[in-house]
Amino acid sequence: MPPLVEAHDLTKRFGDFTAVDGVEFTIETGEAFGFLGPNGAGKTSTMRMIGAVSPVTEGTLRVFGVDPAVEGASIRARLGVVPQEDTLDTELTLEENLYIYGRYFDLPAKVIRQRIDELLSFVQLAERRTDKVEPLSGGMKRRLTIARSLINQPELMILDEPTTGLDPQARHLVWDRLYRLKQQGATLIITTHYMDEAEQLCDRLVVMDKAKIVAEGSPRSLIEEYCTREVVELRFPPDNQDRALESLDGLAKRIEALPDRVLLYTDDGDASVTEVHERGLHPTATVTRRSTLEDVFLRLTGHTLVD
Amino acid sequence: MATPAPLRILEGHARVYRRTWRGSVFSAFVSPILYLLAMGVALGSVVDASMTGGVEGLPYLVFLAPGLLAASAMQTGAGEGSYPVMAGIKWLKTYQAALATPVSSADIMLGILGWATVRVTMVCVVFAAVMVAFGAASPGGALLSVGPAVLTGVAMAAPVMAWTARLEKETGLANLFRFVVVPMFLFSGTFFPVSQLPDWIEWLAWITPLWHGVDLARAAALPEVTTTFPPWVSTVFLIALTVIGTVAALRTFKRRLVT
Repeated sequence: MPPLVEAHDLTKRFGDFTAVDGVEFTIETGEAFGFLGPNGAGKTSTMRMIGAVSPVTEGTLRVFGVDPAVEGASIRARLGVVPQEDTLDTELTLEENLYIYGRYFDLPAKVIRQRIDELLSFVQLAERRTDKVEPLSGGMKRRLTIARSLINQPELMILDEPTTGLDPQARHLVWDRLYRLKQQGATLIITTHYMDEAEQLCDRLVVMDKAKIVAEGSPRSLIEEYCTREVVELRFPPDNQDRALESLDGLAKRIEALPDRVLLYTDDGDASVTEVHERGLHPTATVTRRSTLEDVFLRLTGHTLVD
Repeated sequence: MATPAPLRILEGHARVYRRTWRGSVFSAFVSPILYLLAMGVALGSVVDASMTGGVEGLPYLVFLAPGLLAASAMQTGAGEGSYPVMAGIKWLKTYQAALATPVSSADIMLGILGWATVRVTMVCVVFAAVMVAFGAASPGGALLSVGPAVLTGVAMAAPVMAWTARLEKETGLANLFRFVVVPMFLFSGTFFPVSQLPDWIEWLAWITPLWHGVDLARAAALPEVTTTFPPWVSTVFLIALTVIGTVAALRTFKRRLVT
């Protein structure tokens, strides 16, 4: 089977500004594919090109094997898009939002009504069906947007920062729904600047920074390739960190100094902590944890995901 | 059978309208009643009692009513082409949502213009009924004047849409009403013949859609009145404005929405 999405040397420019700079990726049917990177990395621009709403500046892009510049409407008919910003009509009810959106796909009224029932139940908003959208919480609006994106039974879902701005509980509700979609075999493309989101949802991901892709792989393989198994985080009183760094030299495979803490990349966290104390250092706080995608990102780009 | 995309956009707007139609229909009746009472009847009694007796040989109410019909259409067209478009582009971003579906920016633009036409027609039909109730026109005359009035509204809506889609900030809309819609409303022959004004203002009036709409609507409503120019001149002017406005709006919508 040909890949669902294929990009070669894909570039997007707005005037002099290059938002996406020659990226390459392939997305296969049935996988959850992530674009991980900080704000401004070019994730949304890439999503909009895949969504056939933003013209490609340079390079080639194929979605469902065809060119979005030529067959944009037929591509969009098969996509489900959850944009970064809510685009709901807040003056209408939940079902009216879904109905109007369904009509944009030229679905018959009867089919839409039936799907509204199923979809509102799926996103746990069935009892709000005839309420206006306006007073809904951010998490509810997100779930409604997900329901809306499913109205045409898409073959590919594009989710741009699906949980940005939501509180932890609302995020978990959204993740739970996306996880179910994944289990049902949906192909998902997700952009995020949350490494936990990428780890939870993505089978495979690319790390984007400054308009380029800097790494690609599964969350686990990326961590194995670019990081040690464990990380020890040490906090020192503000003025002591530089002096402590001198004493820490050579203690771990890699040492990263952030403004507020020092990270020791090591395969055995406990042993490293013991050695820190043996060297006569007394950090105010010590945490040993597993490596995450955040560490991968820091390693690859020299800066953190969320500023 | 597939429904053309612009019609599906129009259908969406009609669905939204179902939530607010009561207030809208109410104001569609109230506004002409108030205007015809205050200006046509009350001010009209003063005008008609003056030495000249009416305007151009007509009782003032009769002179005024078809002009106000066209002016209401013009205002409705400007209204439908401005704030809802700003909402779709910027405030609610509902056009962005529509663009993620098979719908295109041209479909959206044409759908909104279609909906504006529906709205203008509704306002004009209600207005014509009120005119008849006031005895300002015969039922046949009132009905005939709806045609040019609707054309006036659409000829206004299309260029206003083109303008609105270019605006980054909503202050441009306030300026549109302050410097274009309101002066046009006052100085396009609705309330008094522009021939009473200095020539340059008269010429200025001739390039507005409302002046042509008023001239056509008045002649359509009243058998004893003829148009200033041959009727086809004003008709072609209004159609040309609609076409130019539509072509411009298709471009500005695309430039704004497809980036």
